Amino acid sequence: MVGIVIVSHSWKIAEGVCDLAREMAQGFEGLIPAGGLEDGSTGTDAQRIADAIAEADSGDGVVILADIGSAIMSAESAIELLEDEGREINAVIADAPIVEGAVCAVVEAAGGGTVDSVLKAAEESRETGKL
Amino acid sequence: MPGGIYECLSLIAERITANKDYLTELDREIGDSDHGINMARGFSAVMEKLTPEDSDIGAALKKAGMTLLSKVGGASGPLYGTAYMEAGKITAGKTELTPSDMKAIFDAAIAGIQKRGKAVKGEKTMLDAIIPAAEAFSAKIAGGADMVTALEAACESAREGVEYTKTIIATKGRASYLGERSIGHQDPGATSAMITLEAIRDFYRGA
Repeated sequence: MVGIVIVSHSWKIAEGVCDLAREMAQGFEGLIPAGGLEDGSTGTDAQRIADAIAEADSGDGVVILADIGSAIMSAESAIELLEDEGREINAVIADAPIVEGAVCAVVEAAGGGTVDSVLKAAEESRETGKL
Repeated sequence: MPGGIYECLSLIAERITANKDYLTELDREIGDSDHGINMARGFSAVMEKLTPEDSDIGAALKKAGMTLLSKVGGASGPLYGTAYMEAGKITAGKTELTPSDMKAIFDAAIAGIQKRGKAVKGEKTMLDAIIPAAEAFSAKIAGGADMVTALEAACESAREGVEYTKTIIATKGRASYLGERSIGHQDPGATSAMITLEAIRDFYRGA
């Protein structure tokens, strides 16, 4: 099953997005938060994200959703850290909002989707209007 | 040269920490007021990870880079982290550097920052200090200058680069939200890059 990692500057946001998205797919275990720094302060930590990617991966790859600013650069660094360690994980970053994207991605992943289809589901959430 | 890579990184950490409030103040004007705090936190973690026994320059730079990736928290984490890691890859096993090794470090660091930040010169970023510094360094060593002389020229160009960032609009990072209002303010990332280069220069001067 495809794993999903939620990257946010805030630990609370990352955890909260995971809580919300999990309601859409009870028992889905491949959804892992990577929020804030180790000491609880706000920011993004490439090593923490790399650990989350490794935890989320069950062999079928991982889709990453990230919030603002340094989150994308830290997620890219995390993927390179894993490559440098020789870990072969198909990890991709979605160009998507993290709340809507996570909900759509979890539904697709829990339904047996591939990395490509989960990525597409997350990115398509961008186009869903609210009004 | 007094000591090795541990002493050089110690001096960088010391200067970054001494300028913590200054860098944060620059970032308050055009960013999110955390550059000095983030960099000081990152470098204090780097110094906790390193010991005076760390003499392999490549290994020490890699360790420093990985720590910065993890502990800085803001955009300067992946940017400086990648720069140090790329520099570490090309200096593995070395315990001292020739001027041409230092040129290779400049090139690797710039390539790493550009890969990560997708920025070019003239966007009001750390590259506006580092690229002119690297060019000045290369020109000096091509003319046969020694390490200290070439680093002095590099620092002069870095300082001019920092001044130049006051005149241009930010198009990358948090400051880009300010558009034209970013003019008149110097870039915090370019400033921390200049401080780093000055620390390296002073290390080679034996100061």
